[in-house]
Amino acid sequence: MSDAVNVDVKLGVNKFYVDEEQPHIVIKDHPDMQEFRKLMIACPAGLYKLLDDGSIRFDYAGCLECGTCKILCGDTILEKWEFPRGTFGIEYRYG
Amino acid sequence: MSEEAFDAIIVGAGLAGCTAALVLAQAGADVLVIERGNYAGSKNMTGGRLYAHSLEKLIPGFAKNAPIERLVTKEKISFMTDDTGVTMDYHTVRPDAPVKESYTVLRGKFDQWLAEQAENAGAQFITGIRVDNLLMRDGKVVGVEADGDELEAKVVILADGVTSILGEKLGMVKPRVSAHATAVCVKELIELPKGQLQDRFNITDEEGVAWLFAGNPSNGLMGGGFLYTNESSISLGLVCGLGHIEDSDKTVPQMMEDFKNHPVIKPLIAGGKMTEYSAHVVPEAGINMLPELIRDGVMLTGDAAGLCMNLGFNVRGMDLAIAAGEAAAKAVLKAKESNDFSATGLASYQTLLDESFVMQDMKLYKNAPAFMENPRIFNTYPKMVANIMADMFTVDGTPSEPLRKKIMKRCKEVGYMNLIKDGIKGVQAI
Repeated sequence: MSDAVNVDVKLGVNKFYVDEEQPHIVIKDHPDMQEFRKLMIACPAGLYKLLDDGSIRFDYAGCLECGTCKILCGDTILEKWEFPRGTFGIEYRYG
Repeated sequence: MSEEAFDAIIVGAGLAGCTAALVLAQAGADVLVIERGNYAGSKNMTGGRLYAHSLEKLIPGFAKNAPIERLVTKEKISFMTDDTGVTMDYHTVRPDAPVKESYTVLRGKFDQWLAEQAENAGAQFITGIRVDNLLMRDGKVVGVEADGDELEAKVVILADGVTSILGEKLGMVKPRVSAHATAVCVKELIELPKGQLQDRFNITDEEGVAWLFAGNPSNGLMGGGFLYTNESSISLGLVCGLGHIEDSDKTVPQMMEDFKNHPVIKPLIAGGKMTEYSAHVVPEAGINMLPELIRDGVMLTGDAAGLCMNLGFNVRGMDLAIAAGEAAAKAVLKAKESNDFSATGLASYQTLLDESFVMQDMKLYKNAPAFMENPRIFNTYPKMVANIMADMFTVDGTPSEPLRKKIMKRCKEVGYMNLIKDGIKGVQAI
């Protein structure tokens, strides 16, 4: 077993062009927590977070555009899921 | 406007899209590829291995010029528990024909190269533009809308990946690809000096390792780990089925972290520098999740068409994408002869796929996805194998039992009926 993973450090080595104007994923207000929990487990970038005070946080900026959240919760707790506008988002230098 | 229309607009410059563009351009067709990333491959990732045969057919000897990483000559499969690994190791030499070869690849480089081949043949590429919608006229697809511009084409080929939003908009792909039909793949690229990498994996200059891991990496869920050696880096990652993800007591990033720290893996990547963290959804349900492939003026190909196979001991998608891209292009050329770009005119796409290894293999392994849903494969059996090994190799001074008894004891723990049942099912599925 290893220590708790720090995904933000991993995302830090990636190249992103964040679209500051338009988020490409938006979650609904007051999402069903059972659904949200799925994304806390499955999102490879760890973008769906439950904070200590019980509130939730989601940040699209480190999105790897993998599609996992769309498949799991696209029709439940996601208000919007689309690809970032052209040129924006993750840029895989190796892939 | 129709005089100005392209013969084909291809959405997505991955392997399926670039191959279709290449074949069309070589035949003199007027073709445009639109890619939302800044270059072909910039949104794409792979575990790491390309079976050469389908591209070899189109570009004989491509590996001499293309940016491949290593020729796979070493195959390994491991069964893992939390702290043990039992490994099968098959080492061979370069096959007698290039069609039998497979290479480790990195898509950022490889897709750019393939796009360049298509461009040299006359295909046009626009990058950094997202296609937002399809243009429809009388129920037929007649082009695309991107960044407010409208571009017309006789056919649109959707090679826009596993989350084909355009395919969904048309209703050809089910709005929500079932979680049971998909898995998530995460990967870290870990750089190591070339000499050190070759020493660690016992390989020569151009040789490479393809290594799959069952059991612990996916936390007992459908899936497993993988390791591919590149020229001077390691592609290390895992695939985890999304069907029962809510039952997992570990997050996917934590699975990856634990995999990196597994005693089998840790020394192999020690001192390496992580240079990229990538992820993607993988279509896993085989022929059972195929969308509609053809409608008037439009075809789906590659991951967008769900063309992917996971048999546990080999995982394929890129060779299928290349063959399917070729088939889609040929169907356009055929439709051009009769100037009929309706679903009927494009029907040869389906025929070409059915006649090729693409659909024949997808059909042959149609039961594999259901077999892979069996949790014993990812949980119970890796533990059983590890326990048998521990019994065999441990000497602690207590009186020994005959090997036969040691093995039978471990089989009994799993249940003889389960073993027989899964054995028969497994043989039938793969």
